[in-house]
Amino acid sequence: MRLTGARILMECLRAEGVEVFFGYPGGVVLPLYNTLGEYPDIKHVLVRHEQAAAHAADGYARVAGRTGVCLATSGPGATNLVTGITTAYMDSVPMVVLTGNVARDLIGRDGFQEADITGITLPITKHNYLLMRASEIAPAVKEAFHIASTGRKGPVLVDIPKDVFIEEAEWDGYPQGVSLRGYPIMDVPREEEVDKAAEIINAARKPIIIAGHGVVQSEAQHELVEFAERSDTPVLTTLLGISGMPEDHELSYGFLGMHGHFYANMAADRADVVIGIGMRFDDRAMGRFSDFNPTAKIVHIDIDPAEIGKNFKTHAPVNGDVKETLSRLLPQVELNRHPEWRAEIDQIMDQHPTDYVEEGTELSGPWLIQALAEATQGESTIVTGVGQHQMWAAQYYPYTKQRQWVTSGGLGTMGYEVPAAMGAQFAQDEPIWSICGDGGFQMTSQELQTVADHNLPVRFAIFNNGFLGMVRQWQELFYEHNYHSVDLGQPDFVKLAEAYGIKGVRATTRAEAMQLFRDLESYDGPVVIDFQLEREENVWPMVPAGAALSETIESAEDL
Amino acid sequence: MASRNTIVAHVEDRPGVLARVASLFRRRGFNIESLTVGHCEEPGLSRMTIVVDGDDHQVDQVCRQLFKLIDVVSVQDITYTPMVDRELALIKVSASNFNRREVLDVVEVFRADVVDVHAEALIIQVLGDEGKVDAAVKMFEQFGILEMVRTGRVAMRRGTETTKPPAISDSQQAAAAIRAMLGRRPEGVLPFASD
Ligand SMILES: Cc1ncc(C[n+]2csc(CCOP(=O)(O)OP(=O)(O)O)c2C)c(N)n1
Ligand SMILES: [Mg+2]
Repeated sequence: MRLTGARILMECLRAEGVEVFFGYPGGVVLPLYNTLGEYPDIKHVLVRHEQAAAHAADGYARVAGRTGVCLATSGPGATNLVTGITTAYMDSVPMVVLTGNVARDLIGRDGFQEADITGITLPITKHNYLLMRASEIAPAVKEAFHIASTGRKGPVLVDIPKDVFIEEAEWDGYPQGVSLRGYPIMDVPREEEVDKAAEIINAARKPIIIAGHGVVQSEAQHELVEFAERSDTPVLTTLLGISGMPEDHELSYGFLGMHGHFYANMAADRADVVIGIGMRFDDRAMGRFSDFNPTAKIVHIDIDPAEIGKNFKTHAPVNGDVKETLSRLLPQVELNRHPEWRAEIDQIMDQHPTDYVEEGTELSGPWLIQALAEATQGESTIVTGVGQHQMWAAQYYPYTKQRQWVTSGGLGTMGYEVPAAMGAQFAQDEPIWSICGDGGFQMTSQELQTVADHNLPVRFAIFNNGFLGMVRQWQELFYEHNYHSVDLGQPDFVKLAEAYGIKGVRATTRAEAMQLFRDLESYDGPVVIDFQLEREENVWPMVPAGAALSETIESAEDL
Repeated sequence: MASRNTIVAHVEDRPGVLARVASLFRRRGFNIESLTVGHCEEPGLSRMTIVVDGDDHQVDQVCRQLFKLIDVVSVQDITYTPMVDRELALIKVSASNFNRREVLDVVEVFRADVVDVHAEALIIQVLGDEGKVDAAVKMFEQFGILEMVRTGRVAMRRGTETTKPPAISDSQQAAAAIRAMLGRRPEGVLPFASD
């Protein structure tokens, strides 16, 4: 059967089981939009800015555990995706990004709305394609989904010139498999590597696990818990590893890093064996590399061989998928008990709890997250922006289920909170809580219209401190209180929501907030909540930039 | 200690592959001394010989990051394996009736070839490993080098060992073969990275 390139692309998406994708039209993708009506089973969500299309696909992917898809036109449409693609790349989120380009004979001639998007995205995609024939579409899309969703996951971009959408090619069904010689699947670890890791783990006296995003992506929570229990190893997560370990488990000791829990940072610093699982020993998590626990032996399990040994000397490198590796490691892990070590950390935890909630009636960030946790029984999916509100949401909400926590960790993209929550809401029915900064919210609030269009029950909780709070905190602590360009003017968020036909509410006291949580239980449309926070609250604890984990401070007096 | 390392990579012969490799080197700040690419025994693949400056850890990262590119089929660090390496230089030396004889003497010593003759100049082709070409260039400098071009290094392992990518369709075996290639130098313990 001969089909146009546009139809072939849609047939491919259907074969991949894509149920929703996020896009924005323009000249060169019109042949594609012309066919969308014939594929009603593949929902196209019209966003209001292409950056949001990419973040929405990313949010959807993280919550659904499937590959997210977005689409943009050539030139400005494609370049608007860049922040969203980079966000996904840094956090290894599986995504297929579709872009149109100018007709083949105009490529390279600076035609109207031509952008070299494959060139631009070279360093921010796992792989990309510029397709010059309609017959290349099916194999390339098959490869794109395969590459995006296997190994260390990530975004793959497919760029299709306008006339390739129109050109016809033979369609004889979606390709069954791929043949990518330079891309073997490295899920299964080498036996000798597993043996070596087991040996070090079994001999450890003060072991610690640092679980990263790989645990969540591999959906290995069950294996992680079993491994931790068998070896009696306390578990810390990275910022992105949150939700990989159920936080109500007695071996869960929170997350480590710049604003991680004090006891988590100390535990990592004092361990004799550090077992990194599906993580990349990033500087925000580890503090100053040269002073991170120099005597610890490091076991590093990761799907990406290039991450192993990148930042730290590794005593037992294990290259493999987290779930696969843990299930092979488990039988070799001896039943162990480390009561003294556990007691040591418990004591630090008792002395330095993460509990910076002050008495009073004013809304404080930590209090608000705790109240939200109570109101939602800790069961909600939380999406955040970047800044103080993000750190409070990481510190105070008790995550127990994988994929319950969605945040831009690697790139730290403000403005992620609105579109990512919107996209994530397409993956589940229960309302998503989007914890927004008043700054970040203003970066992408145009998507309230998309939210209204689809009547998505997202709760946009704006942590409104009237500041670019995290930057203000740095100016206060490290730049002699010299506030510059952080005092943020803002619209009336309630009126703004109403302008979009969305319910807008405000809370200025704790009592009001509690009432609001109760009221919302029976409301199933979108809501914007303007939580007016204490303006100059700081996030504690903190590892000052460039300091070691052992130098974690708990208040400005420690500086 | 930074030193020169020789890496051989096989890549799919597709448009844009060189840009991908170059982009990676630029982005990660790898220090490339030379990169030579051309056809090899297998149609559809190109073979790159890459000379990089760096310590063990950096070379290890180069190999591993390179292999992450989908179009890169194999990467092997052959710095410490017995190999033959060659580079070629074309050197335009000013030579007139006065000194042509002297120039030709040097040509002979290096077993180089004269590939173009002009009343005022010669083009000399020197073939050899880097050291030999360096030495030749140095000698020709006394006559005045008008222009020079050097290819990068090409290299091949000695004996029956090859750097050819595993021709394996079974993904598991391919992974094993690739791990064996990537794991050669840093096996087990890796050096510390600097901040
Ligand atoms: C796109 C982008 N621009 C700038 C920054 C730098 N930055 C990090 S946190 C922050 C302040 C965020 O303010 P807000 O959204 O109000 O959150 P708060 O810290 O007040 O909770 C800024 C400007 C960033 N992370 N992302
Ligand atoms: Mg703010």
